[in-house]
Amino acid sequence: MLDVSAIIAANRFGLGARPEEAGDVARDPQAWVRNQIYAPYVPPPLLADLPDAAEYTRQFLEARQQGGDGGVAEFLQRRIRQETLAAEIGARVQVAVQTREPFRERLVQFWSNHFTVSVQRPVVAPIAGAYERDAIRPHVFGRFADLLIAATRHQAMLFYLDNIGSVGPNSRAGQLGRRGINENHAREILELHTLGVGGGYTQNDVRELAKILTGWTVVTPPLARRSGLPESAVGMTRFAADAHEPGNKSLVGHTFNEGGESEGIAALQFLATHPATARHVATKLARHFVADDPPSAAVARLEKVYLETRGDLAAVSFAIVDLPEIWERPNTKVRAPGDLVIAAYRALDVKVTAGQLPGTMREMGQPVFAAPSPAGWPDRASDWVGPEAMLRRAEWAVAVSRRVRSPQSPEVLAGYAIGAVAPPAVRRAIAEADPAEGVALLLACAEFQRR
Amino acid sequence: MWTRRRAVSLLAAGTALPLVLPGVALAAAPTDRRLVVVLLRGALDGLAAVPPWRDAKYAEVRQGLALDPPGSGDGVLDLDGYFGLHPALAPVHAHYAKGDLAVFQAVAGPYRDRSHFDAQDLMENGTTRPRGAADGWLNRALGTLPGGGHRLGLAVGQQVPLLLRGDVGVASWAPRNLPDAPPDFLTKLGLLWAGDPLFAPALAEGMRAQAMSDEVLGPAQPGAPRRGPALAALGEPVGKLLAAAGGPRIAVLEAYGWDTHSQQGKLTGRLATALEQLAGALDGLARGLGPAWDRTAIVAITEFGRTVAPNGTNGTDHGTATCAFLLGGAVKGGRVLADWPGLAPQNLYEGRDLRPTVDVRQILKGVLHDHMGVEIAALDRLVFPDSAGARPLSGLIRT
Repeated sequence: MLDVSAIIAANRFGLGARPEEAGDVARDPQAWVRNQIYAPYVPPPLLADLPDAAEYTRQFLEARQQGGDGGVAEFLQRRIRQETLAAEIGARVQVAVQTREPFRERLVQFWSNHFTVSVQRPVVAPIAGAYERDAIRPHVFGRFADLLIAATRHQAMLFYLDNIGSVGPNSRAGQLGRRGINENHAREILELHTLGVGGGYTQNDVRELAKILTGWTVVTPPLARRSGLPESAVGMTRFAADAHEPGNKSLVGHTFNEGGESEGIAALQFLATHPATARHVATKLARHFVADDPPSAAVARLEKVYLETRGDLAAVSFAIVDLPEIWERPNTKVRAPGDLVIAAYRALDVKVTAGQLPGTMREMGQPVFAAPSPAGWPDRASDWVGPEAMLRRAEWAVAVSRRVRSPQSPEVLAGYAIGAVAPPAVRRAIAEADPAEGVALLLACAEFQRR
Repeated sequence: MWTRRRAVSLLAAGTALPLVLPGVALAAAPTDRRLVVVLLRGALDGLAAVPPWRDAKYAEVRQGLALDPPGSGDGVLDLDGYFGLHPALAPVHAHYAKGDLAVFQAVAGPYRDRSHFDAQDLMENGTTRPRGAADGWLNRALGTLPGGGHRLGLAVGQQVPLLLRGDVGVASWAPRNLPDAPPDFLTKLGLLWAGDPLFAPALAEGMRAQAMSDEVLGPAQPGAPRRGPALAALGEPVGKLLAAAGGPRIAVLEAYGWDTHSQQGKLTGRLATALEQLAGALDGLARGLGPAWDRTAIVAITEFGRTVAPNGTNGTDHGTATCAFLLGGAVKGGRVLADWPGLAPQNLYEGRDLRPTVDVRQILKGVLHDHMGVEIAALDRLVFPDSAGARPLSGLIRT
């Protein structure tokens, strides 16, 4: 049976112990977490053959172009969305269920949520998986600035937050009457991705950052024609100089001289190392790993490391492991629905079937790649323990227990899934029930519902 | 044959929770007034939903988003000769003629920045600042009503939005597709969760709501539809729950899809689609409520409005004032209530947004007082703290 520290490592940092990793976690829980930060990045083989964002963006944009017959375009678009989205959701969950680096995987999901894109915008659906794979995944132990730049410049984000059509009014394109600024992306970068609300920016800063980002776009068929680009360029990201607002810009008291695309890079690097960003990111990480309302000392420690290392996320990740507050109390966090499903599948070694997953995640209230707003999914218990939601968790536990047969007894499963954190009465109830009901009680019990 | 009611009683016995016995839970509610709050999350463009088509500047400032005047095939649906409704709201327009719809224009809460998330927090917490309270104004209002242990509040959805969170127990409910868990299992789980301050009350409320919905709407039909229910499809079942003698009296619906920074569209497009869903939900509520419609008020509010002029991508960016709707048989409607600030450049807020002239709390306070009987003193201090300056609008409800 895993002790309390091992349960904290496996569940708070990891995604719930798989039977075969329980021994490793138990030997030295903190080292087990740290070793995942040291490990060199190897892209998961399960994700190797999935399509790239430019290719699907091109297919999508060309389907939209297909002359006159809206029905054809809509059909193609829907097919692209459904086929790719189901495959991407299946692959993403399968990686999470099977990975031996669950701390890294939790951070992939954390940062993917911090930089949310959502399939609620249809154009995002075929490329949401590619976005996480290419823009988020390689950077979770890298520099925040690189993560920010990769996320900001990806097709999925440029579409989701509407920067693709944002045109500087005094740019060449603007002078030709091709519309103006869209401030959505700039606002969310400041409010959600970097400084945070209350981080000291004004409406004017939103406008200035929007101007800085004019020209950051995706090659559409008309843009390719206009710019003399080959058809194969459609779907790629591109800096369109003719849409960029000329002149110097002033952002949060700092001047960025006219520099085309480099202005945006410089502005994002500036924002990435701003003290307000350090505070914002430290608070969100502490909320995720310590408690819904994290102690200010824990936030301050992470903030300090962030500032000292200029946003080195490996250093910040080590600092999270070092937080004494985390190891003092188990089960301070209620598992979000996606977390819960993955933990169950890991414990039971469930082979994921892509067909069922999107529906399960939706019924549980957290459909994959479909957060309701750019703020992403919430990270507090009060957002997840609604009456209907808790009843569904109970019903889901029963449904899983009827579908999945584990070679292990519920009692053994409980030993590494909830371990010493569970009071004897809970372990007894699980052990004394018949095997299916025992599994259902394990998945539904308050200790498994938390991490 | 088992019922959830039985499971509720077993659970109540097992957990020693202060549960009301199911017979009492389904007894007649202590009020026959119904109040529905629809939260339009994402900032509805009030000038698109309620176009001031007679304003001399309307077509000029709205540019490509301006709708045609009433009378033409695709024109605005006229309300009072000055304002109209977006054609996608046609089902709602019919209620205007019947005198059941009041429309407000140039409305805003006390928040003046342009963050969705802070503005929504404030729209729900009822104070004048983000995170100014951990509970919602509607829950605090519920606390002033004589509930007698009856669950008056219902959140439509899996979770309870901040608006309805707080000391007073409320249910959440949504149609679903998972098969019911056996009552024995729920009883055992109730015992395991008994001491849990979050899970135990949530499970009890969930089972209670489900028992009520089974009774009013019939048992859930497990299946596997590929999508969650659209907003429009929720109206009628929620109306039926509200109409039931033992049903809830206050419900909250959440509607998404208003953040139209691009491809907002005119007669079709992202906004028209969202408006159709809203109109469908409101119309469904009216059908489901049946005779109880006459004792119903539905208020639809959003966190802020959008820029008067289109942005560079055929959409609108975050703005300030917007519209609000008050609908129902209890509403003294058939009128547009607006102290219209106008659309000329010098009249705009910060040179870009519709200027607010009505505080949304004035509308909400007027409805809570006249319709639900909440005392003014409680509204000024408790429900909307420090809001005495935002005086309740009176005369919105037929007495």
